[in-house]
Amino acid sequence: MSQAEVKPPPPVVEMHDVSITFGAVRALDGVSLRLLPGEVHALMGENGAGKSTLIKALTGVYTIDAGRVRIDGVETQFATPAAAQRAGISTVYQEVNLVPNLTVAENMLLGRERHRFGRLGPIDRRDMNRRAAASLQSLGIDVDPGSELGSHPIAVQQLVAIARAVDTDARVLILDEPTSSLDADEVARLFDVMRRLREQGTAIVFVSHFLDQVFEIADRMTILRNGRVVGERLVAETTQLELVQLMIGRDLQVLERLDQAAHEATEEAAEQRLPVLSALGLGRKGSLEATDLTLYPGEVVGIAGLLGSGRTELARLLFGADAPDTGELTVKGSSGRRLRSPRHAIDRKLAFCSEDRKAEGVFEELSVADNMLLGLQASRGWLRPIPTATRSALVKEFMAALDVRPADSSLPMRSLSGGNQQKVLLARWLITEPDVLLLDEPTRGIDIGAKTQIQQLVADLAEKGMSVVFISAELEEVLRLSHRLVVLKDRRKIAERPNRGIDINDVLEIITGEPGGVAEKERADA
Amino acid sequence: MPEILRSGRAIGARMMAHRLFWPLAALGALLVVNLIATPTFFNVRIQDGHLFGSLVDIVRNGAPVLLVAIGMTLVIATRGIDLSVGAVAAIAGAVACVYIVESPADGAAGAAVIAVSMALAVCVALGLWNGFLVAVVGIQPIIATLVLMVAGRGIAMLVTGGQITTVNNDAFAALASGHLLTLPVAALIALGVFAATQIVVRRTALGLLIESVGINPEASRLAGVRSRTIIWTVYVFAALCAGTAGLIIAANTHSVNANSLGLWIELDAILAVVIGGTSLAGGRFSLTGTLVGAMLIATLTRTIPNIGIPAEANYLFKALVVVIVCLLQSPKARAVLQRRREPVPTSRGEVVA
Repeated sequence: MSQAEVKPPPPVVEMHDVSITFGAVRALDGVSLRLLPGEVHALMGENGAGKSTLIKALTGVYTIDAGRVRIDGVETQFATPAAAQRAGISTVYQEVNLVPNLTVAENMLLGRERHRFGRLGPIDRRDMNRRAAASLQSLGIDVDPGSELGSHPIAVQQLVAIARAVDTDARVLILDEPTSSLDADEVARLFDVMRRLREQGTAIVFVSHFLDQVFEIADRMTILRNGRVVGERLVAETTQLELVQLMIGRDLQVLERLDQAAHEATEEAAEQRLPVLSALGLGRKGSLEATDLTLYPGEVVGIAGLLGSGRTELARLLFGADAPDTGELTVKGSSGRRLRSPRHAIDRKLAFCSEDRKAEGVFEELSVADNMLLGLQASRGWLRPIPTATRSALVKEFMAALDVRPADSSLPMRSLSGGNQQKVLLARWLITEPDVLLLDEPTRGIDIGAKTQIQQLVADLAEKGMSVVFISAELEEVLRLSHRLVVLKDRRKIAERPNRGIDINDVLEIITGEPGGVAEKERADA
Repeated sequence: MPEILRSGRAIGARMMAHRLFWPLAALGALLVVNLIATPTFFNVRIQDGHLFGSLVDIVRNGAPVLLVAIGMTLVIATRGIDLSVGAVAAIAGAVACVYIVESPADGAAGAAVIAVSMALAVCVALGLWNGFLVAVVGIQPIIATLVLMVAGRGIAMLVTGGQITTVNNDAFAALASGHLLTLPVAALIALGVFAATQIVVRRTALGLLIESVGINPEASRLAGVRSRTIIWTVYVFAALCAGTAGLIIAANTHSVNANSLGLWIELDAILAVVIGGTSLAGGRFSLTGTLVGAMLIATLTRTIPNIGIPAEANYLFKALVVVIVCLLQSPKARAVLQRRREPVPTSRGEVVA
């Protein structure tokens, strides 16, 4: 270790051993983070790793349960976001929180308007425009301060939001997914502004899912997984592969190893069968490039790829949840056109469990039984209610088969844990007896026990002849379950191969385009 | 003794926690107020084989609001709202009255039957229009139904030619003032629609699907619920209910005034729904609650003159009672009431990661 030749400046923010618990879920578990002035610090991690929670803990949105936060060496705990802002910590969120029908200058000085003749006098627009122009110019942002904010593209609005944040003497600027809706030129402009701010000594927290951007702009990064810090690295000394390995992590739990040989047997048999679904050039502008995919009965197709690679988009296009603009979809040989709505898809025996359980799956106020039967009932229409006897038989059967707990189907869905809600949603689809089951992150955010049960269920269903598409951020899980592997990157399918003798490093190699063995060796040496 | 006290208190607490406790308590209180003002208030007598009395009047006069509120309940449960019900009531009344006046035998029962059928058919068309704007075009319900709220009065004016149309048809008048098995027909229609709706929504899957659309539209879509059909159905049903209410109102006065028939009835109906505990945010709904709400409003309307409140203070008094009931029902006010007895755990925001 080379002892620092240049002593780093003292950190402006130090979070030490911070924990936050929501109910039974530990959202942050002993997380430490330090931000130095004049650096771009990337916060990395998959969905649910705790990035947003960490930001909200720092900015006073959440109260921390344990741990310390020091700002300039002074222990602090912000009660509100406004307090954090006063202390010089500003956040610019993905959606710009400004007023579109005010001018750029008015937005920048909102709440700090300049008046003539004292505080009660009229607003001095000329002075406001002058001040706004000056601070925009210092950041190299070329916008007329007198123009209406809403007339500019999102990218410019974002720059204005940053200018506003900096204008309130922000020493720490948090940018949460600033580039997700920007094109390449706009990203370049944003990075120019970020570099200027860095030179002025601002500490910038940068959250992004785009690895290339992180490697271009960031100096240091903190990597989170499941609410814990799994590493703090200098960007210059880290490879993309290493970063992805840290983000995705190794599933250390010892799960019953599903029989690989059986997989291969099924898979070879599958190739002789007729496909149950085949998509040709299926795509949608801005979400997925034209993609081919064929599914056979009795096989699990795993979709691997990082967040934003298009894995969710693929499932949604197959199901008609988003209408595709190109391509053809044939279900069970019936040369069909692509599906325009979930209703069509369900009629053709498709089923789709969304990754967003809360927003797109559960009905919190309805009972567990109603949640379970809703898919079947929707297919029958309102005039043909499910007979009471069938109802209770189905509910009883699936409560037991999926081990839903507590075993009381009259409880409101809201009172169940995430894992049990997921089981109820799976039951909803299994009751409709689908041929194709599209599972998007079915095991995310649920406890280990439920997770194992769901994995086992997927294997069993395939064995009984169902065709399953399994999407998960955890490569280990995808590899364990699937017979065939489809790899997506940057909204494009980049590889498809049988799951024979592939390990995580091979998949990471495909995704990053870097040889996996090297990083592995370096790590062993370290 | 303390045993009994404690269990009594537990039962009391459970009653107070019930959704309909406060509306029912308010209804009871109003009735008591009336009884004090007029000791004969609860008297019911039979005259010429018909039931008469203040209580019967309340149910009879509350029939239009109850009808409109039943339709409104289902619309609100889908996260919608229907502001056009007053105008639809006016159109239904106008169509029926104008048909009766212009038919050759304007006193015949047959003319009344055709007139009522035509009016209801027009209501179906109006409901389809509202449903089209909401479910197909995707306009926000409050705006979509505002169109017909404003235009509907104009349509009713066109139908009546701007005149107050008076009819002389006993069969039609019987809708409001007739009696069947000693009971007023208007009340029987409203209660009949209530019972039929209750049976249909709870015996078929309509209620469940309406609630699912109201609770989580996106999850409903992904679960394959035909939301469009459901939404269309409830708007047509609401228009039919409003039309029936309009017919009863017109029959009551033997005339139709396109400007005033059913004016502001949408507000009374929405109030009845809200008092009954159905959230304006959609989702779970209670038709029984709506029944209680509608009866509360009808009783209130009756109470005001009965206890000698001047007509000018009418709306103010009504507003006061409504505010009190809504306050007592609000979760925050309940939490405050409960905190006196036990500390309430505060719920925390959901996990955002």
